[in-house]
Amino acid sequence: MDTKRCVFVGVGGQGNLLASRLLGEAALAAGIPAVVSEIHGMAQRGGVVESAVLMGQVTSPIVSNGEADVLVGFEPLETLRTLGKCSKETLVITNLQPLPPFTVSIGQGTYPAVDGIMDLVSAKVNRVISLRGNDLAEEAGNPLSLNMVMLGALIGAGVLDLAPDGMKEVISTSTKKAFLDSNLKAFDLGMESAA
Amino acid sequence: MHKLLTDSPGKEMLLLGNEAVARGALEAGLSFATCYPGTPSSEIPLQFFQISQETDLYFEYSTNEKVALEVGAGAAACGLRTMVTMKHVGMNVAADPLMTLAYVGVKGGMVIVNADDPFMFSSQNEQDNRFYARLSGLPMLEPTSTQEMKDMTIAAFELSEELELPVILRTTTRLNHVRGAVKLGDLKPIRTKGEFQKNPFHFVTVPAVSRNLHKLHLEKYDKALAKSESWAENRITGGGRWGVVANGVSVNYTGDAIRDLGIEDKVRFMQVGMSWPLPRDLITGFLKEVDKVLVVEELEPVMETDLKAIAQENGITIPIQGKGVGGLSRLYEYDPGMVRKAVADYFGAEYKGPAPVDLSDLPQLPARPPNLCAGCPHRATYYAVKKAYGSDAIHPTDIGCYTLGLLPPISMADYLICMGSSVSSSCGFSRASDQKVVSFIGDSTFFHSGITGLVDAVHNDHKFTLVVLDNGTTAMTGHQPHPGVDAGAMGVQRTRVSIEEVVRGCGVKDVHVVKPFKVNKTVEAIQASKDYDGVSVVISEELCPLFAKATGQMRKTKPFRVNYDKCKNHRDCINYLACPAMYLQEEKVVIDKNLCNGCAVCAQVCPENAILPVKD
Repeated sequence: MDTKRCVFVGVGGQGNLLASRLLGEAALAAGIPAVVSEIHGMAQRGGVVESAVLMGQVTSPIVSNGEADVLVGFEPLETLRTLGKCSKETLVITNLQPLPPFTVSIGQGTYPAVDGIMDLVSAKVNRVISLRGNDLAEEAGNPLSLNMVMLGALIGAGVLDLAPDGMKEVISTSTKKAFLDSNLKAFDLGMESAA
Repeated sequence: MHKLLTDSPGKEMLLLGNEAVARGALEAGLSFATCYPGTPSSEIPLQFFQISQETDLYFEYSTNEKVALEVGAGAAACGLRTMVTMKHVGMNVAADPLMTLAYVGVKGGMVIVNADDPFMFSSQNEQDNRFYARLSGLPMLEPTSTQEMKDMTIAAFELSEELELPVILRTTTRLNHVRGAVKLGDLKPIRTKGEFQKNPFHFVTVPAVSRNLHKLHLEKYDKALAKSESWAENRITGGGRWGVVANGVSVNYTGDAIRDLGIEDKVRFMQVGMSWPLPRDLITGFLKEVDKVLVVEELEPVMETDLKAIAQENGITIPIQGKGVGGLSRLYEYDPGMVRKAVADYFGAEYKGPAPVDLSDLPQLPARPPNLCAGCPHRATYYAVKKAYGSDAIHPTDIGCYTLGLLPPISMADYLICMGSSVSSSCGFSRASDQKVVSFIGDSTFFHSGITGLVDAVHNDHKFTLVVLDNGTTAMTGHQPHPGVDAGAMGVQRTRVSIEEVVRGCGVKDVHVVKPFKVNKTVEAIQASKDYDGVSVVISEELCPLFAKATGQMRKTKPFRVNYDKCKNHRDCINYLACPAMYLQEEKVVIDKNLCNGCAVCAQVCPENAILPVKD
C-alpha cells in the first residue's frame, strides 16, 4: 500500500493509545508494515496524549508537521491544537464533544466555540469527518468506547487498506469480554457516521 | 501466561520497544534483573516484574540506580546473565559503581539498558549518555528499530561475556515507546544460581589492584574496537559520493529522507550500531570514498567530533558537518521532515512535499497541562500546607506526580534539580535565608535518595519541614513497589520498611503522621511543625487512587455534588483545589460524578458546607 501517516490526539484517559495500538495490530495481521509511536509518563496525567501509526514503506516512527495523511482527534480543541501536523491534503476525523481543560475552569483562557473550531479546520484541510463521538459511545452502551467509535470512523473513511473485519478481529481478541459487544457496536456506529 | 513467554520461534508480534528488549533478554537466558524505574525505560522492568512471578527469573525494584547496578554486579560476578535498566539521569546515580565495575568486569553477561530522553518528554534534562561509554570505556550498542531492540540485546549479552565487560544498550524515547513487528527467537532456560570464585586481587579495588585493572581495561578496549570494526550493525549501504552517518532512531529518518529525495544512487549511508568503540578503520575507509559527510545524531555532536578527529589523523580534508545544517541542533529530538530538509540542503537535492497548514489565524488556545488526578491526596496535602504557611515559604520539591504542584492554582514548587534534591537543598535554603522552608518528597523518591539528605539535616541542625507524600506506590512511572510499600497488594512477598521508623532512626524528633483527606487535622499537624525549632517531618499517608483502584483497595464512597441552595459561589473549591472533576457551567461549579472519587476534600474546603455526597 501507499505510505499512510495517521496521527491520533486526545486527552489522557480517552484511550487513543489503545486505538493506535489496535490499528498497528490490524496492519500487522494484514501483512502491512507498521510502526506505532506513543507517549507515556507525566504527559498522561490529564494532559494531551498524541500517538501515531505509520504504515507502508516508512520506518520513521513519528510524523512531522504538515505530513499527516489522517488526523484523528478525540477532542475538538486538541484537534485544532494539532492542526500543524496537517496539510491541505489531510483528512481530519474529529469528535465534536469538548472536554474543557481545568485551566478554563480557573479562568485561564476560554474554550473556543466548537463551530468556530470546525470552520477553521474545514477551511485548511482536504476533508473533515466530524461526529458526536461521546454520544455514539453512550449509544453503544459504554461511555469509555469513544476510542472504538473513532477507530470505526477511521476505517469507515476508507483511506486505509484495512478491512473492517480485520479491525474487528483485533478488537475482539484485545477486549475484555464484558466490553466486547459495546466495543464492536461503538466501532460500527463510528463506521456508519463516516460513510 | 505472559505474552513475552510465547514459545513460538519465527512468530511475529507487535511489541513495544521496551517489550522487545525484555524478550531479547529472555532469549539470551536472562537470570537476574534489577532496576529503578524511570520513563522512558519503565516498561522493561515491568515485564520482568510480571515474568518473575511465573518463572525462576530473579527481579527486584532496587532502591535506586546505584543500588540496582551494585546488586546486578554481584549476580554477574557469580556468573548469571544480568540486566540493569535505568533512565539517562539514573545513570548519573549509578555512575560511581559504573566507572570501577568497568575495571573489574563481569563473569556472567551484563547489559545495562540506558534510556535517553531527547526533548525531555518526562525528564529534567536531555543529557547525552553516549558520553558515559567514552567516560567508562564500556562498549555501547544503539538499536534503530523494535526488531533491533531485541536482536541487539541478545548480541549485547554475548559481547559482554566475550569481553568480560558490562555492555551499555543505549535507547531513546522514540525507540522505547514505539511498537513494531518483532520476529521471535528461541527462549533460553533461566539459571537460578551461579558461583562466585574468590579472587580478591582482582575484585578488591585498592590502588595496587586498580593499577593492573586499568591496564587490563585498556586491553579489553582494543578487543572491543576489533569487534566494532566488523560489527554487523556498523553497516554501510549505497556507493555514492555523498556520505551520511547516523545512529539510533535517526537512521530511520535518514533512510526515509534518502528514499523520499530519490538520491539512493548518490549516497553512501553508514549506520553506527556499535557506537563505542567507534570503528575507526571502517570510518576511515568510508571517509576516503565520499566528497562530503553529513552526520545525523540527536543531542550532542559526539560522532561528528570523532569523525573530524579521525579525518584529521588520516589527512582527509573533506567537509564533515552535522549540527547547524538545516534545523539540526543540539536541542530536542529530530523528526523526519527536519532530517529530510537537512539532507536536501546539505547536498543540494530538491524536495517538494506538502506544506503545513497556515496557523496564523488560530485563536489563543487554552493550555491543557497535565494535572493531578481527581481525588489525588497530594492536592489535599498541598492545600493544608498552604493553609498553615501562606504563600511565602520556599518549597523545594522533588520528582514524581507531585511535581505537578508547580502549576497554578497550587503553585507550590520552587526548586528542583534531581531525585532527592528537595531535602538537601532545603538544608542550604534554610541556612542561607531567613525564609521558612517546607519541602516535598514522594515515598519512593525518599528511599531513592532522600535519606542521606535527612541525616545531613539532623546532624547539621538545619531548620525546615519536610513533607513526605506517601501514596503507597511509585505512581508516576506506573505503580511500581518500593521499600515502603505493602507489596502483598501486588501479589509479591517483600519486607516493608516503615518511612516513619526510618525518619525517627535518622534522628528526627518532630514527626507527624497525617491523613491528608482529614483537612483540619492535617493543617493542625503542619501548623505544629511550623513552630518547631529544628527538622520536622510530616508523613502524609493516603493511597494513590489509581493504584488503589487497580489493586482493589479503593474505599467505596459516594461522589459529591454541589447543593445550589447553599452555594454562594465563593468558588474556593475550584480556585484552591482545581480538581479535574470540577468545571464551570453557566458560572456555577459542577462536579462530574463520573470523575469524582469521593475524597471529600472540597466538601471540607467549602465555607458554606454546600458540597455534599450525591443522593441515591
